Amino acid sequence: MLGLVIFAIIALIAVIIVQLSKVSELAASIKGEEEARIQGNNRTAFWMVIFMIAFLVFCVVSALYYKDSMLGYGPHESASEHGLDLDSLFDVTLIFTGIVFILTQIVLFWFSYKYREQKGRKAVFFPHNAMLEYIWTGIPAVVMVYLVVQGLFVWNETMSDVEPGEDYIEIEATGYQFAWDIRYPGADGKLGTKNFRLINPANNPLGQDWSDRKNIDDFIPAEIVLPVNKKVRVAINSKDVLHNFYLPHFRVKMDAVPGLPTYFIFTPIKTTEEYREGLKDYPEWQLPADETEPDGPQRWEAFDYELACAELCGSGHYSMRKVVKIVSEAEYEEWLSKQTSYYMSNVRNTDIDPFKGELLGLEIANRKDALVSQFNEAMGADELGSIINLEHVFFDTGSANLREISKYELQNVADLMKNNASVQFELGGHTDSQGDDSANQVLSDNRANAVMNYLSNLGVSSARMKAKGYGETSPIESNDSAEGRQANRRTELKITSK
Amino acid sequence: MAELITTYDTDAIIAEKGYDDHFHEHHHGDKYQSGFIHHYIFSMDHKIIARQFLITGIFWAIIGAAMSIIFRLQLGFPEESLAWLKPLLGKWIVVDEAGIGTLAPEFYYALVTMHGTILVFFVLTAGLSGTFSNLLIPLQIGARDMASPFLNMLSYWFFFMAGVVMFYSLFLSTGPFSGGWTAYPPLSALPQASTGSGTGMTLWLVSLTLFVVSVLLGGINYITTVLNLRTQGMSLWRMPLTIWAFFVTAILGLLSFPVLASGFFMLIFDRSLGTSFFLSDIFINGQALDRVGGTPILYQHLFWFLGHPEVYIIILPAMGISSEVLSVHARKPIFGYKAMVLSILAIGFLSFIVWAHHMFMSGVNPFISNFFVIFTLIIAVPSAIKVFNWITTLWGGNIRLNSAMLFAIGFVSMFISGGLTGIFLGNSAIDIQLHDTYFVVAHFHIVMGIAAFFGMFAGIYHWYPKMFGRFMSETMGRIHFWGTLIGAYAIFWPMHYIGMAGVPRRYYSFDTFDAFSHFDDMNKFITIAAIVVFALQLLFVLNFFYSIWKGKVVKSRNPWGATTLEWSTPIDPGHGNWPGKIPSVHRWAYDYGKDGIEFVPQYIPMVEGEEAGDAGH
Ligand code: HEM
Ligand SMILES: [Cu+2]
Ligand SMILES: [Cu+2]
Repeated sequence: MLGLVIFAIIALIAVIIVQLSKVSELAASIKGEEEARIQGNNRTAFWMVIFMIAFLVFCVVSALYYKDSMLGYGPHESASEHGLDLDSLFDVTLIFTGIVFILTQIVLFWFSYKYREQKGRKAVFFPHNAMLEYIWTGIPAVVMVYLVVQGLFVWNETMSDVEPGEDYIEIEATGYQFAWDIRYPGADGKLGTKNFRLINPANNPLGQDWSDRKNIDDFIPAEIVLPVNKKVRVAINSKDVLHNFYLPHFRVKMDAVPGLPTYFIFTPIKTTEEYREGLKDYPEWQLPADETEPDGPQRWEAFDYELACAELCGSGHYSMRKVVKIVSEAEYEEWLSKQTSYYMSNVRNTDIDPFKGELLGLEIANRKDALVSQFNEAMGADELGSIINLEHVFFDTGSANLREISKYELQNVADLMKNNASVQFELGGHTDSQGDDSANQVLSDNRANAVMNYLSNLGVSSARMKAKGYGETSPIESNDSAEGRQANRRTELKITSK
Repeated sequence: MAELITTYDTDAIIAEKGYDDHFHEHHHGDKYQSGFIHHYIFSMDHKIIARQFLITGIFWAIIGAAMSIIFRLQLGFPEESLAWLKPLLGKWIVVDEAGIGTLAPEFYYALVTMHGTILVFFVLTAGLSGTFSNLLIPLQIGARDMASPFLNMLSYWFFFMAGVVMFYSLFLSTGPFSGGWTAYPPLSALPQASTGSGTGMTLWLVSLTLFVVSVLLGGINYITTVLNLRTQGMSLWRMPLTIWAFFVTAILGLLSFPVLASGFFMLIFDRSLGTSFFLSDIFINGQALDRVGGTPILYQHLFWFLGHPEVYIIILPAMGISSEVLSVHARKPIFGYKAMVLSILAIGFLSFIVWAHHMFMSGVNPFISNFFVIFTLIIAVPSAIKVFNWITTLWGGNIRLNSAMLFAIGFVSMFISGGLTGIFLGNSAIDIQLHDTYFVVAHFHIVMGIAAFFGMFAGIYHWYPKMFGRFMSETMGRIHFWGTLIGAYAIFWPMHYIGMAGVPRRYYSFDTFDAFSHFDDMNKFITIAAIVVFALQLLFVLNFFYSIWKGKVVKSRNPWGATTLEWSTPIDPGHGNWPGKIPSVHRWAYDYGKDGIEFVPQYIPMVEGEEAGDAGH
């Protein structure tokens, strides 16, 4: 019904316009063609000038009105170092082109008005003028050379890769339909290698090659966090189609191309907090961030830098958002220390872990720290009897043969004991409940003794140590599950005298 | 100096001074004109083929523009219900429980893609240069028809078939292609990457391959005709600027479209024969693709090697038309004719070595970009020369501000506005921020979309009397002009601001991002302006068809007082254009106001002691 009404209205308007044109043409033929034409000409010429003025006023006023939401103006100064150059290049170009724009539009419409057809006027015969033509070939040429030179300086500076030995942070962004994964290199500062054939959304979203030890500490956080005033090199990849790594506030943009790694280098110069402070003074940023919550945080408080996609990649192209946080160096270090690597939390000791059953350097070091702090805690406790689980002591299945990798833990224990010569302690062996009770008792005795012998070979006096087998008598977990049984098979260290 | 004749009988002059090619002694002339089918459908007459291109172009323009209205509604009024479009779009309108209908993102992208493809290729390439090259080349150089009327006919029918295939693809259950008019792989190469990349993309490729054939058949004809069929006395330097523009356009097409076709073929191979020209290291839909070793950037090079010349293929005819219309209605010679020709040639040449300015951010070696920045900004110089020359053509004129002239002036205004933003984008450093934002959308719609449409409108209003023997209504023409001029700026000017705020193009919704979501008012404004402009184009269409039957009848054969040869033919020229001999040419095309005489057509002989109008160069 509505459709019908709209259709009827449109048809009516069409009829009216057609009739109107007929009438005006009829009027023209009454007035005389020539007369009517000159009149129409005058009227149109007048409107040309009105349009020109209105148009230019509209351009200037609207530009001023929207100034604060545009590139480089108001609160939107670049948040990166190279972006400042780029913004000023934009401004220089704007000045030149603005002048040309205003002058040529004025002259174009003014001439149309001034030289409108009039009775008795004769057009000037002016087919060419070499001087004029040289001038307006020369001036644009000079301006263009100026802009090109300026532009190329900024371009080559911005796009040049890092020098060897330079101090920078490298991170990696991988686009896919329809999100980004960001990978940090972890403590070693190096990103591990990857291969798209290894990708498995369940346990290896980026196709990291786990046999490359550089991958062990790489982590994939939910947000990009970077320290202010530090150069960042973003290695940019794609898993499927083209994407584009776009950080509007930092003037960063680069395609993500499957099979062809790209990069962009930039230095953030404003923390998120500083940028928010810059926005705070503008009324449009003082509105509530969420309209339904008038008392909630204001827009400037809710501001975050954002990562977007700027290359059409399919139906979800408009939704590839990720938050970017720029923080102080100290905050960055703190954040880093809280991240756990993807490998450690998802791959370590699973079937796809090539280092399963091996101890990694990182684990050895971490374990050492943990052991020392557990020991110190036990020593500081008021009462005796604190128990330290020697997590890295392993035996061959069903036997009391110490495995090779137990040597790190036992070396650490030996060192601790040598440094604390007054301490006496008991080594307790435990098994799970599988198998015969008495066999388990024997096995636990033998294992405790094996550890004691090993330590004494490292120079810890046997007089300070006692070995005791507990068999399956004191489980710490239920013996119903494999994990529980694993936890119950253990060697414990108990301080019996300080 | 002898007195120049100012009143003359055109037929008598042609009979006396014209060139006799014995055309009417061979009776082939009307053989293929007899009967409705041969006259109006499978016609080989360039004038009929021109009208076929034009009307097909208008058809596609309406479809393409209507698509833009639908996706603009989604962008401007995302909260309003589009459920009323369900009868038309069916499953592509998703209606939620509350009864609010929204456009499906897949279809939003399909609409954007089809809009671009249709307007760039079907409307502004075929509809513009197909129409006016066909109409004007033989008429203005004094030829009976194209060098090969048969190939010319084929050119139209290949275009027509391309249209049929594309039209069919709109109704596929998976939708038409939706990966952008540039069709970058891997998105366009892998059906699993997007629903539109399945059958929709196959048909897109088939359609555009047919289209390339059409362009090549047309182009080779235009070039041959201009080179070989010029009438006696029509030296290259006496050709009107329209002909220069069509000529260079055809050369650009002939050199660049085959490169696009090669890109298309590789894409077809990648899609169906298991090659990997453009594919490498891809993991999609839970599977690693076995095909490695290619690079998607190769496609971009092939595409833009056509793509950039293509934008000039679109604008050069509009430039030629506007030059001609400005000169005729200002009653003055075009200022700096030789400079105009040379700048067309320079632009044509340079347009082949700037393509990678579309690829500054696509991962090509940044060093290479240095060259493309330099060449790109050099192109601004001949462009600037043209603008200054057009403006100077107006200076001191006696300007008739009719619809044709208004659109020609509007063309210059648009070309200035859009050309200047090219200077920002051409500087790769600035392009880092502006690439693929609304700033680019504003740039190319103003400089190419609107400007080319204005040139086309100028041409239609100006040559309508030649095509249909009637005038279009002036009143409607002026309403059309003012509404379109104001409306087009209203649509595209604000997009500069949105772009400068960093908002990327090709976003279905701006809500996901805090940085992009604060331009609701501007987006509404743009959408409303787009609807108004669309309605005004329907007014143009109304005027066009109404005037075919009811327009004011043309009574004299040269209603504008123009100098070029098309106005020396009878009001309704038959096949072969001139009933007797072909006029021979004695002067350049721009003797307006020389020696105090309002205009002297090209076929009027020079009198003794008369100096040529373009002398001094
Ligand atoms: C002063 C002369 C011009 C310069 C310096 C220039 C420069 C540029 C640049 C660098 C781009 C790429 C922007 C980007 O994607 O980041 C671009 C895009 C474009 N330009 Fe121009 N341009 C000029 C004139 C023209 C003309 C005359 C036309 C058409 C008639 C045109 C049509 C286009 C189109 C269609 C695009 C966008 C294509 C797309 O990405 O979809 N330009 N221009
Ligand atoms: Cu995307
Ligand atoms: Cu280009």
